[in-house]
Order: sequence, then C-alpha cells, then structure tokens
Amino acid sequence: MFIPHTESEREEMLKSIGVEKIEDLFAAIPEQHRFPKLGMLHGMTEMEASAQLKEMAEANLSLSNAVCFLGAGAYYHYIPAAIDNLISRGEFYTAYTPYQPEISQGTLQGIFEYQSLIARLTGMDCANASHYDGATACAEAGILAYHQFRGKRKEILVSPGLHPHYQSVMRTYLSDFDGMYMISPTFNSLEDVNPQKLIDAVDENTAMVMVQYPDFFGQIFDFSELAEACHAKGALLCVCVNPIALGLLKTPGEMGADVVVGEGQPLGIPLSYGGPYLGIFATRKELIRKVSGRIVGQTVDNRGQKSYVLTLTAREQHIRREKATSNICSNQGLNALTAAIYLSLLGKEGLREVAGLCYNKAHYAAKKISELKGYEILNPGPFFHEFVVKCPKPVDELQEHLLEHGILGGYDLSGSYPVFENCLLIAVTEMNSKQDIDDLCLVLKGGHHHHEH
Amino acid sequence: MKIESGLLYSKNDEWVRIEGDTATIGITDYAQSELSDIVFAEVSIEEGESVEAGDCIGTVESVKAASDIYTPVAGTVAAINEAIADEPEIINKDAFGAAWFIKVTLDGPVDESDLMDAAAYEKYCAEREH
Amino acid sequence: MSTKPTTGNEQKTIFELSSAGRRGMRYPKCDVPETELPAGLLREDLPLPELSEADVVRHFTNLSELNYSLDNGFYPLGSCTMKYNPKIDEKLSRLDGFVNVHPLQPIETVQGSLLLMYELQGMLQRVSGMDACTLTPAAGAHGEFSGVKTIVAWHQAQGHDKRKVMLIPDSAHGTNPATSAMSGLVVKPVPTDARGNIDLEKLAPLCNDELAGIMITNPNTLGLFDEHIVEVNEMVHKAGGLVYGDGANMNALLGIARPGDLGFDVMHFNLHKTFATPHGGGGPGSGPICAKAFLADFIPGPVACVLEEETEELPPLYGLKMPEESMGQVRSFWGHFGVMVKAYVYILMEGEEGLRRVSEYATLNANYLMAALKKVYPLPFDRPCMHEFVLEGKLPNAPEVRALDIAKRLMDYKFHPPTNYFPLIVHEALMIEPTETENKQVLDEFIEALLAIAKEAEEDPQLLHDAPLTTPFGRMDEVKAAKDLILTA
Repeated sequence: MFIPHTESEREEMLKSIGVEKIEDLFAAIPEQHRFPKLGMLHGMTEMEASAQLKEMAEANLSLSNAVCFLGAGAYYHYIPAAIDNLISRGEFYTAYTPYQPEISQGTLQGIFEYQSLIARLTGMDCANASHYDGATACAEAGILAYHQFRGKRKEILVSPGLHPHYQSVMRTYLSDFDGMYMISPTFNSLEDVNPQKLIDAVDENTAMVMVQYPDFFGQIFDFSELAEACHAKGALLCVCVNPIALGLLKTPGEMGADVVVGEGQPLGIPLSYGGPYLGIFATRKELIRKVSGRIVGQTVDNRGQKSYVLTLTAREQHIRREKATSNICSNQGLNALTAAIYLSLLGKEGLREVAGLCYNKAHYAAKKISELKGYEILNPGPFFHEFVVKCPKPVDELQEHLLEHGILGGYDLSGSYPVFENCLLIAVTEMNSKQDIDDLCLVLKGGHHHHEH
Repeated sequence: MKIESGLLYSKNDEWVRIEGDTATIGITDYAQSELSDIVFAEVSIEEGESVEAGDCIGTVESVKAASDIYTPVAGTVAAINEAIADEPEIINKDAFGAAWFIKVTLDGPVDESDLMDAAAYEKYCAEREH
Repeated sequence: MSTKPTTGNEQKTIFELSSAGRRGMRYPKCDVPETELPAGLLREDLPLPELSEADVVRHFTNLSELNYSLDNGFYPLGSCTMKYNPKIDEKLSRLDGFVNVHPLQPIETVQGSLLLMYELQGMLQRVSGMDACTLTPAAGAHGEFSGVKTIVAWHQAQGHDKRKVMLIPDSAHGTNPATSAMSGLVVKPVPTDARGNIDLEKLAPLCNDELAGIMITNPNTLGLFDEHIVEVNEMVHKAGGLVYGDGANMNALLGIARPGDLGFDVMHFNLHKTFATPHGGGGPGSGPICAKAFLADFIPGPVACVLEEETEELPPLYGLKMPEESMGQVRSFWGHFGVMVKAYVYILMEGEEGLRRVSEYATLNANYLMAALKKVYPLPFDRPCMHEFVLEGKLPNAPEVRALDIAKRLMDYKFHPPTNYFPLIVHEALMIEPTETENKQVLDEFIEALLAIAKEAEEDPQLLHDAPLTTPFGRMDEVKAAKDLILTA
C-alpha cells in the first residue's frame, strides 16, 4: 500500500543487484518455511479502513457522551487545543530518538524543558526523560535502590496506599532480582495507610520506602517525618505523585524525598483506554548516575551555540550491556513533550487553578454524598480529588444503575480489597460540573430507595 | 602509550605497585586512552573494608564507554584517592601517578599467577590493537 | 557545497520567555462552594513559566523546525525501521471513541477497543506463526523483558532450578544482555562465524543442563538471515532451553517466514518499527509478545479474550483475563492502546499480499543500496542481505576518516545518517536500513551522496571532520555535557 516502486524501477533495481526476481533474494530461508500463507484478509483502502474503525470507535462509550467519576490512576482532564496541534507536527512525532543532536535540537530542548518542569513541579534537583508509566517508574525506583546499596539492602517497604497495579508491576520486576523483596504493613482499613506505620517498620534492611501522594485512596499526608525516619536508618524515600495535585500541595522535595516518581497522564495526555502514558522520574542530584532511562544535558556545539545532548549514556544498555542499570532504551518522547506543552500553557496560575477545581469539587461531592442516607465517606483525614465511599449495596449494582443515567460511577474497590466491600472510589476533576455531582447524588439516592421498595 | 616497569599488570588493565606490605592500584595508560575523555570515576568501597582479588572496587566512565575496576590483590583497603572523583581527567593525564585509585594493606604474599610484568603487558596490549 | 556554518540558532527556553502574570489557559469559575485547603500541606511557590498560548505555540513550532524527521526525508537508521508513517493511522487513532475512554470502564462500554485488541492479537499470531499474544509491553525492550521472564516462569514451573544461562550472540542489541540480567539470568556470549551466522561449533558446548535459553535476532543485526537457524533452535531445544526471538528485524520477514515455523518459542514485535507506528522522538512504542501454546499461560497480562461466545442474537462479549500462571503484570492497565490502533489500521490496509510486499521491497531496497555501495565501502559479510546491511565506514584511501565523520557529513547532503558503531563486531560500522517506503530516486541520491563523501574523504578529510556545516547546529561537546551535568533550566 505504501510502496512507491513502479514495475520498471523494480526491474532496473533487480538488474543492478544481479538477480532475476525478488524471490531470489530469499534463498537463505529454508525452502519449506519460505513464503507461508498467513491467513489474513485482503488489504483495505483508506476509505474502507476509516469506515471500519469509525464503527469500532462508536462501539465504545466515549467520555464525551458521559459523566466520569472514574480515576484510580487515570484521570479525565481537559486537554487544551494547542497540544494536539503541536504534537501532530511530523517534525516531532516522525523523528527517532535524538541520537544525532545536530538535527534533533527540537526533541532535545523539548525534553530538557520537560526535565526542568518536572524538577520544579516535584521540588527535586533533576528528572530523567521519562519511563513508560507510573507503574514501571516505581519498579525502576526499586532497582535504583538496589544499586544504591550495591545489593546489600534487599527490602522495599511499600505503603498499602500505593496503586495496586504499581505494586503488582514492582513485584514482577523485583522477583528474581538478586533476592529483592517487598513488604507492607498489614492493611485492614484506611487508618493503616498512615505513614506512622512505615516509620515503625523502617530499619537497616530497608533500601527504600515507597509511598503515594495523594495515595490510591486520595489521601494526603506530610511525609517529612517519614523522610527523617528513613534517613536515620540510611534508607531512601520514594514518593509516587499525581502531578496535578502538586499545583497546590507541598512538594516531596520539601518533605525530604530522595526519589519522586509518578503517572504523568493527567498532564494533557488522553485516557486512550490505558496508554500510552508517561512515567515521571525525578531525584536528588547525588542519585542521578543510578537513574535508568534517558537524560538530556545542556552543552555547546562547535560553533559556540548553547545546545542539548543525551548525556550519561555510559549507564545504558548499549554500552553496559548486562551491567546496565536497566534495559530501557526509549522514553515516552511524545508524551513527555505533551506534558511540557501542558505545563507551559497552564503555567503557574493555570495549574493552581485546575488543582483547586479538582480539590473543591471533590470535597463538595464528598460532602453531598455523605449526606445521603446509607452512604459514608471512609477517608479519615485530608484528601485531594479522590475518596472512598461505603455504599449501602454492592457497587456493581449501583454502577449499572448509574450507567443507565450516563454516569461512570467510580472504581469498585471490592475486587482488589476484600476489606472494602461495597466501597466505591470516586474521582472528581475540573470536568465535573456542580450539576454532574448533584446528578450523581440524585441517582445514588434513587438507587438506594429503589432497592428498599 | 606509556608502560611503567616494576609494576604488575592485570588482564583487565589495572596496575599494581607493591611497596612493602602496601599495594597501590590504578588503571593503565592503555586503559585511559581506550576510554578517551574520562568524565566520571568513583571508588565504590570504603577504607577498612577487606577485598579479595577480583572484587569490583570502582568504575570509570567516558562519554562512549564505561568500565568496572577490579583489585588484582587481596587485603584491607588502607586509603582511597578522593582526587579521581573530584577531577576524573587526571586519569587521562597521569594514569600511573596522581590517578591511583586505592591502597591496600596486603594479607600476605601476592599471587602473581594471573598478573603480567611490563614486557608481557606491552605484548598483551599490542595484540589487542588488531 | 561547503559554506560558513550558521550561528544564532539557539532557542530561548520557556523559562526565559516567561513574563509574570501572563496566561495561556483559563478555567471556568468554581461552581461549588470552596473548601479550606489543609494548612501545612500547601506548597510555597510554584515556579512554572507564565506564557500566552501564542508564546507556547511559537516556541514549540520553532523547536520542531530544528528536528529532522521522516516527514522531512530519508532516515536509513539501521535496526530502527524508519518507514513512512501513514497519516490515516494518526487520524483514526484520534477518534473520540478511542481517545476519551477510561481503562477501567465496564467492559460492556469498551467493546470496540477490546475487539480491536483481540483482533490485533490474532493478526500478530498469524504473522509470527505463534499461538498466544499479549499486547501489554510498552516497548521493544519491555517486550524482551516480558518474553524472557516468561521463559524464566516456565522453567520455574517445571522445577528447572539449575537453568540460569541465557546465550546471546555477539551481534545482539545491548538490550538482550541487559534484559537477561534483569531477569536473574547469567549471560554467555556466542560468537558469529565468517558468514555472519551463529557459530555452531562454539554453540554446541554451551547447550548443556544449565541452559535456560537463547535470544536470537533473525535476521541478525548484520541484516543476514542465519543459514542454520533451524539447526540452532533444535540444538537449544534438545538441551532443554527455549528460544527467544528479538523481533526488531521483523520488517524482513512479513509473509516471508514465520518465527514459529523456524522453532522460536516466544518473541516480541516492535509495532513502532514493523507496523509503521511513529517513533515520537523516542517513544511511545509498543512491544507485544507472541508465544507458542505451551507458554500461553505464562505470558504477562491481561490479554484480550472472548468472555461469552457469539449467539444468534448477540455478538461475542470481549473482555480481559490474566493468564493462569502469568509471569505477572508489566505495566499499569492494558498496554499502549493508542499505538495499537495505528498498527491495526496499517495491517488492515496491507492485508495478506501487502505485508509480504512490505518485506520483499524492504529487502529489494537494501540489496540495491548494498550492491552500489560495496564498490566503494568495505562490506565485511558479502552475501545477499535482508532488510538492512552493515558497511565499514573506513575507506582504504582515507585512513583518518571514521564512520562518525561519514555519518555527520551525510547531514550536509540532507540525509539522516545510518546507525554507526553498531553492531559491535564490525569495525567502524555503518548500518543502513532503507525500508520499503523509499523510492528509487531517493535511494539513487543517497548512493550519490555516499560516493561523493568517499571522494571528499580522500581529497579533503578535514571537511568531514568539521561536518556538518549546513545544519543549524554543529557537533556537540559531549564531554562538557557529562562533566557539567546541567540537566535543568
């Protein structure tokens, strides 16, 4: 379909190679396995493919046609129009990794600005060019801790407030990793997510303590004392963030975190049924050589111009091979660029505003829901834009009812957490109007009544 | 390329200077020139630690390459040269002098079976040129 | 064509462009009563830039113009498969019904996405001759990790505690050994023979009861199809090991040969190479893995599946499930769905015949370039190549000129340079992969450029050492970058 050769050009080329037909170029392939039938359909035209894909897309319920209170690690935010316009430039999205800096300064300066923005947002000294997503960034933080202690400390102490997918991915990465293991305080209620439990558990075997901010249940804690406790035992503190919350909240840097990771999806990246997203990874300067993934640094060219290159590459797999800090050899380039554009557009005031809207609307929703008979907000302390609601009946029944009213009601916690029977995790963002929240309450209330009769 | 006589050399391009019960360890001029501009060096062990021959004691990095450094002798680490971390370029300038990595107090006689003298090392380097 | 290099091409950073009080985005007034913020948990300062929308758009547009991309011209970067990225793929991946869908929506509301994933899994299985597929891995290296951990999980389930050795040919990408090490395996290299194949004699003693498996890129990074691949895979299987296929070079094999038929047990695809999804300046990619039936329970998940079969009244209900003995979850949610849409559209449009033509013409283009260039540049392994080939960037009559100089000079001829200094087993390697989407005129211009550069190398080597001269920026001081470590503005 996208092959430009004419028949006469093909013949000329074959002649200059010195073979008769294209098939002759494949003599090295065992004959019995050569040119198999794949069992695919005939190729489609652009018009046919468009029609088919349009039909598939329409088989989904788009959030443009619904009200969304689902979060749990992926959040529905407004994406400014300028973003799609800029990242649709072929110069950005059809370029490769910037291995030739002379003709890649667009990508390189874009990443440098992304790193700078993330460092400022998190209150850390530096950031890398990104990991795949929040979960793999957590896993890479665990591996950083392994290298920091040269394998002598094997324990990662994980808060039960860390996203269950992130815990699961960390477990995958750290199994068979020279004896590294994860432990968590017992978890029976939201009270158990308090950082004091981690302060009590950190000791000389702990390589890293991993917490989330706001945590999976929306809670926010000051980790300053935890950071002190970690450092007193020589351990590292890693904080996994939602970057939108940092528009308002005290930074992990101020609290004394050594590593900050997070899911960058809320920074202008569409939900896209789960990806591609953006793994944020920032650290104190002393740890930068232990960081995996790409890093861009400022330098000058041979004409004296300020410019940017991939740097510290001697950590990476193409040089270190089996001794590399990780096997990663890409970053989420276009998604990092998206985040940089998003943060530039919103700027100081815009990010504060969007974080404020999330906070206020979530608290309004929580208050309204708590006034409904049979519903209870379980969060014992401060939360950002997500909270746990104990419902008077099974969540799947409620969700079905909400969906009939065009509302995606939140995440059913009972699946992953037996202690959260009938519990719903509700996220509220700037996309939810007061009317949406009132409608949610009305249907929740109705659902309850409906059940009683 | 410089090769200093009177030293022992490893196949991994470290040199060892033995004076009494103290061994000084560094990387050779050949190694620094293969790495080219060295931008980072660190010793990853501490004073007082005991090491076996073949233990990793540190790392050097240039822009294009990285190499781990191993001690060719066993003993207790007596001194660490902070200068190589502060100014890694001295490894390029003075590999056999100012750019030593560690000093080790030897446990006993050095096992020289895996080590070369200057002449053998010169030959070993020449072979690798091809 | 030598001119005085330009200067003054530096761009201010967004922080330098910032002006206090300027806005690029405004939000509606808060329509609910405000709640007091938790004192003591607020940040003092938010040091983000302040710009107008026009400032931001101009800044990033100006930055984009400093990039060379596939949309600008030929990009023969070996092992990266920089083929043209069809615009329709982009357009369809941005359909509202794909973009604005939350990964945790009830499955009844995402049947379109699940159907696409289910069908893409099937397509990749057909192309590879495998029985199972998972789309979750985020990139090629991530696919490798998933595949190698699948091998480890399978061995563990069989009680093969001793099998800890992964064999890796010396021509392999650095990701292969890095992946094996991350998976708790010991890496042992296998040499390449004089024809560019895995050295069978050296392989034989390594096939023992410590063997976990072998990671093979075929065609290998020299662009050569291993002439003993079936034999190699049989030797490894006989010794109790499994064979991992690095799919980086699958652009040579679509409809030409299926790894499953050749004896591979598990492999990854790079959707961003083989199936034309864009590289995005470094990502996102997507690295699905395919496996034989006996490994289907061990691959990472979740995978798309049919939960309820089709009935007379209803279409099938698609869903997600975790393979029973899965090596685990490798990222959050289900994979790079946005990338999957592009690959799916590409495969739909190519179809059975189109896919084979892709690999045929990728191979034709590579052999055409190789035949012309080997007259001037040394070719260490002289036999028909697949989709790419490796030259030595070392000319007999220009001893001071290195592969790097040739690569840099190509930019002055408005081409992206080939991959250089890889694979490691070729001295001063120049690794050239034209792909099928380049026409004969482009290839001829590229040949002329490389022949002209060879002449320049003899007559005026300094010109090559100084190159590039016509680009907005010249060679960078990488030593300064690594020493000063200025990583933020």
